Amino acid sequence: MPAVPDEVRGVELGQYCLMLGDDALVMSHRLQEWVTHAPELEEEVALANIALDLLGQARVLLARAGAVDGSGRDEDALAFQREPGEYRNVRLAEVPNGDFAHTMGRLLVFATWRLALLGRLTGSRDPMLAAVAAKGVKELVYHRDYAAGWVVRLGDGTAYSRERMAEGLAALWPLVAELFVPCPAEQRLAAAGIAADPAAVRPEFDAVLAEVLTAATLGTPGPVSADAVPAGREGSHTPALADLLGDLQQVARAHPGATW
Amino acid sequence: MVTGGRVAGAWRVAERVADPEMPMVTLGDLGILREVEEAPGGRVVVTVTPTYSGCPAMEAIQADLAAALRDAGYGEAEIRVSLSPPWTSDWIGAEGRRKLAEAGIAPPGAAPSRRSGPVPVTLGPIPRRLACPRCGSADTEETSRFGPTACTALWRCRACREPFEHVKEI
Repeated sequence: MPAVPDEVRGVELGQYCLMLGDDALVMSHRLQEWVTHAPELEEEVALANIALDLLGQARVLLARAGAVDGSGRDEDALAFQREPGEYRNVRLAEVPNGDFAHTMGRLLVFATWRLALLGRLTGSRDPMLAAVAAKGVKELVYHRDYAAGWVVRLGDGTAYSRERMAEGLAALWPLVAELFVPCPAEQRLAAAGIAADPAAVRPEFDAVLAEVLTAATLGTPGPVSADAVPAGREGSHTPALADLLGDLQQVARAHPGATW
Repeated sequence: MVTGGRVAGAWRVAERVADPEMPMVTLGDLGILREVEEAPGGRVVVTVTPTYSGCPAMEAIQADLAAALRDAGYGEAEIRVSLSPPWTSDWIGAEGRRKLAEAGIAPPGAAPSRRSGPVPVTLGPIPRRLACPRCGSADTEETSRFGPTACTALWRCRACREPFEHVKEI
């Protein structure tokens, strides 16, 4: 287990690992919900692969969180035994799936944002975050390109597919502002060279979205509010997260300590 | 037996363990076997790295490695998983590439070089010409960038009409 840099409190580093880990875990679960429902076999395989990559990232981050925060909780305890208010994911990851266009819009936004964050975290002074980031960057490039390809295909497709793509993005857009608002723990860790400041990745995010939406012949869904609060990071979620966790935690709660 | 000989022997056992998802290649062929050491007290410690973060084969790989070393007389080895440095398809050696191609799986080309700064988005098909592992034709196309295992994509050959897998460049 790599050491925690000296001046950083383990509790705060643990919180940050939970933020990045919960983003991946919750997004992975929404993607997993497509399995047996995807429009084509190839898309089902793609969504399952992407969900698996994110689940792998989540497992390492949750394990790291439990190891450094002094609680001794392992990845399973953190995934299966926390209440919705203890989850630290952004709300974008938790809202229910809409149609396939909505899923591709969300994946484009999520993967573009996370790729930009992890790209910066490859230089983190925390060796575990740097390792997760270097691995994750390679995977997220594939996720983002996959989603971008579908956003272009649907946006620049038929009048009907274009309408659905635009509706999907418009529905997600109010949740985008939150992605770029740091919470106090993130700010302190970013200043210490451990975390990535989400406000700093906004130009990269805007440039990629503009390129993809232009190719998709779609306009920007709207302005990104500047006065958002980091609601998800502080444990304030939509009711959808409780529903999602009901599903995710059902077996572990019904059979505590079970193995198979 | 001298220590170096024991470590080298354990490496030879470990590198020959077959990959559970692509059993035509070994862990050594794939380049996921990173280190074999001997801990104080004599325990063999093996370090492997996953191809992808969520590679579902990692648990089977750890169990297979422990069993192979036990069977070869090395006792209870400790199997560690390390993410850093991250695996790249460039670590698949010439022998591994030959075995993949023989099994009908197109081996990876050179992995994309990573410079610092943002990675540009790729719209449309990856500009790559792959030879069909069955008939050798270059008239091939990608059908899905994600395949039956985390590290493969789906392609098809327009000449012989056969689909095939391709180990992705990463």
